[in-house]
Amino acid sequence: MKQKSVAVVGAAETTQMGKIPNQSVIGLHADAALNAMRDAGLTAKDIDGVATAGESPVELAHYLGITPTWADGTSVGGCSFMLHVRHAAAAINAGLCNTVLITHAESGKSRVGARKFGRDPASQMGQFEVPFGVTSPPTMFTIPVLRYMKEVGVTLEDLATVAVIQREWAAKNPRASYRDPITVDDVLNSSMIAWPFTKLMCCLVTDGGGALILTSAERAKDFPQKPVYILGTGESVETPLISQMADFTTSKAFRVSGKKAFDEAGIKHADVDHLMIYDAFAHLPLYGLEDLGFVKRGEAAAFIRERNTAIGGKLPLNTNGGGLSYMHSGMYGMYALQESVRQMRGIAPAQVPGAKISVAHGVGGMFAASGTIIFSNEAP
Amino acid sequence: MAEYPRPLPVPTPETQAFWDGCLAGELLLQKCDACARTYFPPRDFCPACSGRKVTTFKASGKATLYSYVINHRPRPDFGTEPHSIAVVTLAEGPRMMTNIIDCPQTPEALQLDMTLEVSFEKASETIALPKFRPAKG
Repeated sequence: MKQKSVAVVGAAETTQMGKIPNQSVIGLHADAALNAMRDAGLTAKDIDGVATAGESPVELAHYLGITPTWADGTSVGGCSFMLHVRHAAAAINAGLCNTVLITHAESGKSRVGARKFGRDPASQMGQFEVPFGVTSPPTMFTIPVLRYMKEVGVTLEDLATVAVIQREWAAKNPRASYRDPITVDDVLNSSMIAWPFTKLMCCLVTDGGGALILTSAERAKDFPQKPVYILGTGESVETPLISQMADFTTSKAFRVSGKKAFDEAGIKHADVDHLMIYDAFAHLPLYGLEDLGFVKRGEAAAFIRERNTAIGGKLPLNTNGGGLSYMHSGMYGMYALQESVRQMRGIAPAQVPGAKISVAHGVGGMFAASGTIIFSNEAP
Repeated sequence: MAEYPRPLPVPTPETQAFWDGCLAGELLLQKCDACARTYFPPRDFCPACSGRKVTTFKASGKATLYSYVINHRPRPDFGTEPHSIAVVTLAEGPRMMTNIIDCPQTPEALQLDMTLEVSFEKASETIALPKFRPAKG
């Protein structure tokens, strides 16, 4: 369904990024939220809708002093914030609220006020996956890749190249955690985490957060920042168990979410100037490029190798350095959205000249869920 | 015994028969009476057609290796050496997570599509885990 336009009028990350031992998870949510409110020229009294994942929206609203008429606690992993944007747009259009605050924060590295890890041993994952040695994303998210590599002919060097090119983008970003150049050999020779994944093919673990403020496109013109309009949105979910993903070489949730967003936006892939694909691990951009339809099946590795997604390429991808080099506090989708907004405002550290349309595509869990947001800096 | 508590499954009413089967050395699957789809993990209805009439049966125990990683991170109940975490395709169709045992835990030895057979590893008085080893012959 084509909706009336909604726009991002406030966007900010936490004041600090990386290692933040002096703030708890809820404190980081508040820091990001206050920065986004300042960006939009608002206070908590002006917000009437809240959404967050990890923390409860109740906790968020009360901590910040917000009395919402709409709350969304959808928590499906790292793409939850894409789903929040989608749901918020529908809620604003339906008149449930006017001004929505979406926050993310995690103390991924310092673990201050953070939730404990662990799965209920009676859950599906507790019964059918955890007993076989999976502990965390590096031993779950990675399992499909050998099948993908065999079926489409991707090599370890191809996986490493994803990390190398993203580091080139990170070098232009003063807030990126890792900025020094790396080579394919550096990636392949870094410590083995879970064959075939070495450390530099895996995302960072950091502390931080981010927040967005959305309102109707009509009101957006009255805010201090250049509005970033939402053209199209998509979401889907597949399975909580990586072992039950229907096909290890393609994500159904990616395909469904991506198609929905492109159909809603009414744009072609060639119209896209800037792309963010949540890269928890080096294979994610390969799956994303193929499942979103930017390239045909099996062509993503060559597309990246030929530098189409690198600085100066025709489809700049993960221009903040991505989860591999910029930051990754646990649910990275918020940072992909933040970079899309910066690119559309024209203020990104590695700004894509003249970019008018940006796609931010997120993954949740281990290919469990997906959300896609298509932004533009031109009113639809 | 190590102090690390080994995370073992806690069966639910819907999965109790499966785990009882493992303890008895049988890999049990379920098949829909209406649409004939065989599925896993266990539940008392068919996820393909929502039918409530399903039949539990003993699977062949044969499988092929679909994909895997070799974990190098600490997981005390698996010892200190790297170990496989695999997903296999059962001869009957469904896939399940497991470990490949009785086989070097190396990329050279663990070849995708290799044929496997189930082997139950008793983990406690009430739980045996279905593992897979290279098929004989």
